[in-house]
Amino acid sequence: MSEMQSHSAILADKPQGWNRPAAIEPQNEGELLEVSMGPHHPSTHGVFRMDVALDGERVIRLKPVFGYLHRNHEKLAEGQSYLASMPYTDRLDYICPITNNWAYALAVEKLIGQEVPERAEYLRVILGELTRYQNHASSIGFLIQEMGASGTPLMYAFREREKILDLFEELTGARMMVNYMRFGGCRVDASPGWLDRTRKVVAGLSGFADEFDQLLKSNEILMARTQGVGVLRPELAVNAGVTGPMLRASGVNYDIRKVDGYGIYNRFNFRVPLGDHGDVYDRYMIRMLEMRESIEILNQALREIQPGPVMDPKAKIRGLRPKPGEAYGRIEAPKGELGFYLISDGGPNPYRYRVRPPSLINLTVLEDMCLGVNVADVVLIFGSVDIVLGEVDR
Amino acid sequence: MKTVEEIKAMIEAAVPGAVVEIVPNPSPSGQHSLRLAPECALAVAKFLRDDAELRLDFLSNVTGVDWPDSLEAVYHLYSVEKKHGPVVIRMKTVNRTDQVELPSLTPIWRSAEFQEREIFDLYGIIFTGHPDLRRLLMWEGFKDHPMRRDYREPDDYEYEPTAHDDVLKRAQAHQVSATGQPIPGQEGTEDAA
Repeated sequence: MSEMQSHSAILADKPQGWNRPAAIEPQNEGELLEVSMGPHHPSTHGVFRMDVALDGERVIRLKPVFGYLHRNHEKLAEGQSYLASMPYTDRLDYICPITNNWAYALAVEKLIGQEVPERAEYLRVILGELTRYQNHASSIGFLIQEMGASGTPLMYAFREREKILDLFEELTGARMMVNYMRFGGCRVDASPGWLDRTRKVVAGLSGFADEFDQLLKSNEILMARTQGVGVLRPELAVNAGVTGPMLRASGVNYDIRKVDGYGIYNRFNFRVPLGDHGDVYDRYMIRMLEMRESIEILNQALREIQPGPVMDPKAKIRGLRPKPGEAYGRIEAPKGELGFYLISDGGPNPYRYRVRPPSLINLTVLEDMCLGVNVADVVLIFGSVDIVLGEVDR
Repeated sequence: MKTVEEIKAMIEAAVPGAVVEIVPNPSPSGQHSLRLAPECALAVAKFLRDDAELRLDFLSNVTGVDWPDSLEAVYHLYSVEKKHGPVVIRMKTVNRTDQVELPSLTPIWRSAEFQEREIFDLYGIIFTGHPDLRRLLMWEGFKDHPMRRDYREPDDYEYEPTAHDDVLKRAQAHQVSATGQPIPGQEGTEDAA
């Protein structure tokens, strides 16, 4: 192919390496201090390691190291039936098992062309938004904890999370490992009493959001530590595949609930909060505002939900053998775009099963955000990405 | 959103010499894909990202696939600006053994950086032009590519001091074959092995 352009000519009109981290020169004489942050460190949210090179306190280089929790989820899923992977998706992002179930069910439903009854769609939305609320609350709690506010805000968040997990337990039988969704609906129906208790919990959620906001929003230490720290440019965020609250904190209006309108999300009125600066404070604020929008969606869904079946009676769950083909299904999980890509060869197991993990891909820009900052801020910037290692390493 | 046929025509008009083949997808999802010849993939990718009508500025997902005769990389593209997608592009290697190079699309979309590293790690596709092609999940010094379908597990990988039954038998057999000696303190189990 002689008429093809050369590699460097193709990339010419953007400056070389515009989407790469820019190298920084050390200001002090002498050797750089190499620090291995993690894997056993409370601020790494699990087992995650960063190889950091420091000049004084400034970060000159930062390389994330993965794999400490790798168990090859994808390989295991390729060796078992479609249904058998459903409980295993709970273990990806174990803070938000419902949304993992949902993304996988959605991908399989696309692959086989399965419809979902209306009541099941409502239950999915209700559980999905409860999951988003508790994920954002605890992620803010962890972020504040890493700033030095030991305990109190995190325990406030966990107090609310506890109420939501109690609802999950009553409905699904498990607080975290819910295994709730099926291809073509949900496993069990919600009782009228459960819906009433959920309405009661949701009525209390906005009071908690106010309290949490008042406690934190104008806290001087929070503002001093987070404003202007870890800024992510919107064009880099898009190019690096960053999704979820992190992308919207950089001011990019992209929420898959609005863009794809999967499930029944186009029936609900809600707003997509956007940030102005793309710093840690904006990411914190976006999560806070999304919690309020989740309450809006919950109120509408709990008002409109009607009795009916929760499973399509024609849905084939056991012994599912999709026709050859492939499908990519994605949802707006609390941490970003969670997608499942399935290739079927007509057999009982998927030929290829791929998880698109938002936590891993959001970490692509970690080095870009951390270069040149003080090492103490690395913990905050990392915390503001909001990851779960079960999903990063899979 | 344009159909794959229209996108193919646009690519062929804009990128001289581009070789594009439509891969139909018979499943109800209807997500058909475009197979690119590796030589032209970088130029086509740049066109897909920068074209005013398509603006596929967001590379969501990169997947490695192990087929009986070759390895494949599948890219799912969306547009944040135009809010459409997915457009699926794929590239195949010549074989599974010695000609496993594909051009890296990380210079076009940074989101491929970790995902291509993962495919290099688990499938062994070598992405030429990748800025930092190292293993992502397995450790340095690991030899094989575990997601390949012909990957064989080592026989001692889950040896543990309190292992029992099958695990212990395998560990004993491995130990005996490697050193000629049974595992100390567990000699009684070797007859079972």
